[in-house]
Amino acid sequence: MNSAAGQTPAVSLHSITKRFPGVLANNDISLDIHAGEVHALLGENGAGKSTLISILAGMQQPDAGHIEIEGVRVKIHSPRESLRLQIGTVFQHVVLVHSLTVIENLMLGGAWWRIHDRKTALARLRDISELLGVKIEPDVPVGRLSLGQQQQVEIIRALWHGGKVLVLDEPTSMLTPQGVDELGALMRRLAGQGVAIVFITHKLREAYAFGDRISVLRQGKLVGDILPEHLDDMDEEQATNEIIQLMFKSAVHGAESAEAEIFLREGQERHKRGVINKSGPPVISLEHVSTRAEPGECALHDIGFSVMPGEVFGIAGVDGNGQKHLAEVIAGQRPVLSGCIKVSGELTTDADVPARRRLGVRYITDERLGEGTVGGHSVATNLVLKGIGAPPFWRFFVTIWQRIFRHAREIIVAHDVRTPSEHTPLARLSGGNIQKVLLAREISINASVVVFNKPTYGLDIHNTRLARDRIVKAAASGIATIVISTELDELLELSDRIGVIFNGEMSGIVENRAGAESEIGRLMTGAKAA
Amino acid sequence: MIFSTARVLVPIIMALVVGGLILFALGKDPFAYYEYVVQRGLLSWSGFQQTLIRSAPLLLIASGLIVAFRAGIWNLGVDGQFLLAAVASAALAPVLIVALPSWLTIIICCGVSIAVAMAWSVVPAFLKTRYGLNEIITTLMMTFLGISFANVLVKLPFNDPDNTVPQTMTLPVTDRLGRLFDTTIHSGIIISLVAVFAVHFVMTRTAFGLKLQIVGSNPRAAKHAGLNVGRLTFATFAISAGLVGLGGAVEILGVWGTMRADWNPAYGLLVIPLVFLARFHGIAVIGFTLLFAILMIGGESASRRMGVPNFYVLVLVALLLIFLALVEYLDHLSHKRKKA
Repeated sequence: MNSAAGQTPAVSLHSITKRFPGVLANNDISLDIHAGEVHALLGENGAGKSTLISILAGMQQPDAGHIEIEGVRVKIHSPRESLRLQIGTVFQHVVLVHSLTVIENLMLGGAWWRIHDRKTALARLRDISELLGVKIEPDVPVGRLSLGQQQQVEIIRALWHGGKVLVLDEPTSMLTPQGVDELGALMRRLAGQGVAIVFITHKLREAYAFGDRISVLRQGKLVGDILPEHLDDMDEEQATNEIIQLMFKSAVHGAESAEAEIFLREGQERHKRGVINKSGPPVISLEHVSTRAEPGECALHDIGFSVMPGEVFGIAGVDGNGQKHLAEVIAGQRPVLSGCIKVSGELTTDADVPARRRLGVRYITDERLGEGTVGGHSVATNLVLKGIGAPPFWRFFVTIWQRIFRHAREIIVAHDVRTPSEHTPLARLSGGNIQKVLLAREISINASVVVFNKPTYGLDIHNTRLARDRIVKAAASGIATIVISTELDELLELSDRIGVIFNGEMSGIVENRAGAESEIGRLMTGAKAA
Repeated sequence: MIFSTARVLVPIIMALVVGGLILFALGKDPFAYYEYVVQRGLLSWSGFQQTLIRSAPLLLIASGLIVAFRAGIWNLGVDGQFLLAAVASAALAPVLIVALPSWLTIIICCGVSIAVAMAWSVVPAFLKTRYGLNEIITTLMMTFLGISFANVLVKLPFNDPDNTVPQTMTLPVTDRLGRLFDTTIHSGIIISLVAVFAVHFVMTRTAFGLKLQIVGSNPRAAKHAGLNVGRLTFATFAISAGLVGLGGAVEILGVWGTMRADWNPAYGLLVIPLVFLARFHGIAVIGFTLLFAILMIGGESASRRMGVPNFYVLVLVALLLIFLALVEYLDHLSHKRKKA
């Protein structure tokens, strides 16, 4: 494992600095990446991990500093150049052409004047698949593969031009616990072949489990390394403490030590909450709900569950297993093919969005800018987006802008939304602040059922904490709360019960108590509940 | 949307300067041309009246386009809608006037014209809401059909047999849209100004206008917020086409009294750039339309007098668009730099 020690590193970064308007994304980062090692790069959202790898991938140029490949100074001025240097990158979000087949996607990078050589390509695919220990059909359109398989295709593509260095950006975010273990084994196998692997994650546990060497980034700075010889001697707790030390050693004042505590607590502590009264009727219940399958979407089959007032019901599952349809069906955005939905005892299967809102159904979408808001319109407009035409902001359908702006100013103060003014176009706000706007809009006094779809997706640690506190507070006020998330830790922390969705079906519902995690992991792969 | 005067004036001046250079290169005296245009289009009493008369259909078309564009619907089928509505008024008015008072005739004709233009927009609206077909394609195809169909209607069923050239029967001058005071300007300009102000008010100050804008900026957010996107799309098409149709009626009932075969002023494609120049702003579009009408009327005289082709006016509009975009871009850049 430590065969590389003492040799020239495969890649070394020297004093890389990258500045964006208002942010210092990378501040004088120097890093050595060795062949045959899994190098875990750990840091929370916004720590500068993504910027660093986009520099390695040739998509950004550093403002200062330089890169050496096997001791030779290079300039990676384009993604093509990065591939030529045998640096393969797998980005967090899949960047494959869905309508093309696996082999077509892999051949995309070829020179324009050369005829596609299918035979050689297939042989190459076979070689790499063997190396990875995976099996991929070459002639299936990528859109039909599961996300885990798509990720494997991405890894194959990254290794296509010869793998000296493989960079994986948050590769575990869309995998099941078992899938994560498989990826770990795969990285181990590749490292054994002499590939240098950069494994980016914000999860402490994964960094310890898979990394030979751990580097910790914080606010654009490299705050410390744990070397392989050092890491081998530590057990998990010691490593955790060491990393926390590195991350928050400057934690002299309150805010930072609080953040350190949050980071430590992440996914470890379950929320202690009051006992839920289960004698009354549920606020919302779904019975045998199915939806129509649209191309590229996962439809629901025969889903049924109910949620009590004040209960947090988690929905676990790998992304793309019907979560979106489930959320939309509850919100009234998507018609039900069969089955029925009751809210507070009332049959609402055919009710549209406004009718369900009147019954207190709220939906916080995971696509904050995609469908939750209108980015070009002001913060104020977005705050009243779901009540256009209703008093007190409209009288006889005439808009009373004064009231809308005043309302927005109140919300901005009450929810600490960081915005220059209520007139600012919403898209200019940061992800955390957009989420604050959404939460403020959806959770109001007369809410009875709230669906949170991936509520902390893409948020930094501080805003993640705020959003989760908001969920807990909502449930404590008696709202039936449904949390859909791909982060199992999050669900384990927040939920009373967790339903697992696989391939559009509810493969089981688990009480959230000790040992629930392994049961959920098993259900996520489609095994039915015992 | 606040218009700083400099941001509008600078592009206009730049367009006039570059346009002048082009004229100079063609061997014409730019100063003489501009002077003549302003003289004929604005400063002479008859030219000024002409300009206002020409503005009426342009403003109605512009108001229709503002509704559509703000709702994110690219209704490029204006000319077809305009001509079919014009045929409807031209065919109906001379028949109705025999039995009805002129004010009632005009109201009925306007109503029918609006309905005809709306009907012509139903097909693109249906195809868009039901199958997601791009309305740019469908409205353009419907406009080709509409132009030809209007010609067929004039030449066959509504042809006036007493006339040697194919055209509809003629509405007597006394029964046309009322004149304003002692001028030749017909009351269509009042109708069109009312339409522009109404559209501006609806789009900026009412729930309906805001809904249309939400659909226009992010249809998925509109669906998420529970708006009935399909119904709003139909409404947008109908209102847009209806205003354009009213433009066709006003042009026939106010100016011509009849419709000749092959008559197609193609106002629609002329107004689209103006609406963009005004950034879909109702009040700003009045200014641009007046400016354009002056150029048109003055340019028509100048082309006869100075031998500068009529379509040179379009060159000026194109230059104006380019410089406006350029100024916008530079402004954006300097904002960005200030922030960084």
